[in-house]
Amino acid sequence: MSTMSFFEKVWFLIEQYYPLFITGIAVTMLIAMTGTVAGFLIGLVVGVVRTIPTSEHDSIIKRALLAVVRFICVAYIEIFRGTPMMIQAAVIYYGIFMGVDININIAAFAIVSINTGAYMAEIIRGGIISIDKGQTEGAHSIGMTHRQTMTSVVLPQAIRNIMPSIGNEFVVNIKDTSVLNVIGVAELYFQSRSAAGTYAMFFQSFTIAAVIYFILTFTVTRILRLIERKMDGPKSYVIYGSQTNPAAEIHIDKGGV
Amino acid sequence: MPVIELSHLQKSFGEVEVLRDISLSVDKGEVISVIGASGSGKSTMLRCINLLEIPSGGAIYFNGKNIMDKGLDLSEYRAKVGMVFQQFNLFENMTALQNCVVGQVKVLRRRKDEAEEIAREVLSRVGMLQYINAKPKQLSGGQKQRVAIARTLAMNPEAILFDEPTSALDPEMVGEVLGVMKSLADSGYTMIVVTHEMSFAKDVSNRVIFMDKGVVVEDDSPSVIFQNPKMPRTKEFLSRYFSC
Repeated sequence: MSTMSFFEKVWFLIEQYYPLFITGIAVTMLIAMTGTVAGFLIGLVVGVVRTIPTSEHDSIIKRALLAVVRFICVAYIEIFRGTPMMIQAAVIYYGIFMGVDININIAAFAIVSINTGAYMAEIIRGGIISIDKGQTEGAHSIGMTHRQTMTSVVLPQAIRNIMPSIGNEFVVNIKDTSVLNVIGVAELYFQSRSAAGTYAMFFQSFTIAAVIYFILTFTVTRILRLIERKMDGPKSYVIYGSQTNPAAEIHIDKGGV
Repeated sequence: MPVIELSHLQKSFGEVEVLRDISLSVDKGEVISVIGASGSGKSTMLRCINLLEIPSGGAIYFNGKNIMDKGLDLSEYRAKVGMVFQQFNLFENMTALQNCVVGQVKVLRRRKDEAEEIAREVLSRVGMLQYINAKPKQLSGGQKQRVAIARTLAMNPEAILFDEPTSALDPEMVGEVLGVMKSLADSGYTMIVVTHEMSFAKDVSNRVIFMDKGVVVEDDSPSVIFQNPKMPRTKEFLSRYFSC
């Protein structure tokens, strides 16, 4: 065994333990993906709630209620951004889920979602407040309510603008699921360590893991970039009234971003 | 009964009193130009009428009803009093057509096909029918402002407020927007126009209001304001304006 070269050892590990790596990939991707989506939804709710405008003309009950909800939101964000996910995982799994018969992967999904939600809430709030006030005023001026303005005008633009940050969160989640090995989630890092153990091929096994992590994150960023382009829509537009005459279909390209 | 009536309207931002005591009544079909130096409170007055700013005192009546009453349906009121902004404020995520449709569907609860029909009509009225598929980013300033006017028209407003509609435009685009506004004035829309375009104030409007330091200094016909102003401050403003 000790006469094998680095690449021979890598190949040996792959041949021997590929089911471990594949399960690791599946668990990692499943938790990262569902956790990012759920975290986005949590963040959307928290971010939207935090940006509800109030004025001194609102009723005292509405203002008091909002103040309480806002306090809870801020506390949630600060606590989950301010502590490591590894500790959160341990505390939640060994503390809150103690004595509950819960699937480890569901626990992992819950932990990643709550953790991501805290970051997403701030990303979404940033996206909302970055949209020009004129957009809101334009909507209000034709009678649209705050809710209609948010759903039709502000959020579509805000979410488009924060897509790169959402992509960041997804990539971070793919990598950071590795800390969930503390509660025994069979994700990619956990599996790589198992594969390394028997023959003490730590360097080789973790090199495989590193390559896999990179391929996963790189693929995800490419896909997200495609989605962004899709959201931007076509760069040109069709002059109206050209259906009967194809020659009249002039495409004007003013080169949107 | 006047369409819009301001009674002792006041607005302060903190310590700063922007509108002091504005009383004004606007009849149906009147086209009023509001002129005055920057910071005189012209835009704030318009924004108060649309309730984008909440007045600090006084009252605003729309067809005789006080719009600051608790029971007012704000959406319904705003749909009836359109507003056109200096910076256009078109919805960047929508095409020209969608910009004119969304308010009709969400606020007036019109059916989508009916709303699109109306949107095409108003866009054609401002000469933008060709561009219904274009996003605001793909349009010039003058085109954007015309779409913004169409968006307001689509709501069938009883009055339209214009907040310096040509101030952000390149000089060669001012004409196309003023042209559209003139055609609206000719067809009987009630309009209040905050403007620096003295030719519009003189030729199109049938009343001119000169504001200074949060009060209405002079309120008269264009011929009186421009040829024979009674107040020294109006004279001073106009002479400074036309000398440069």
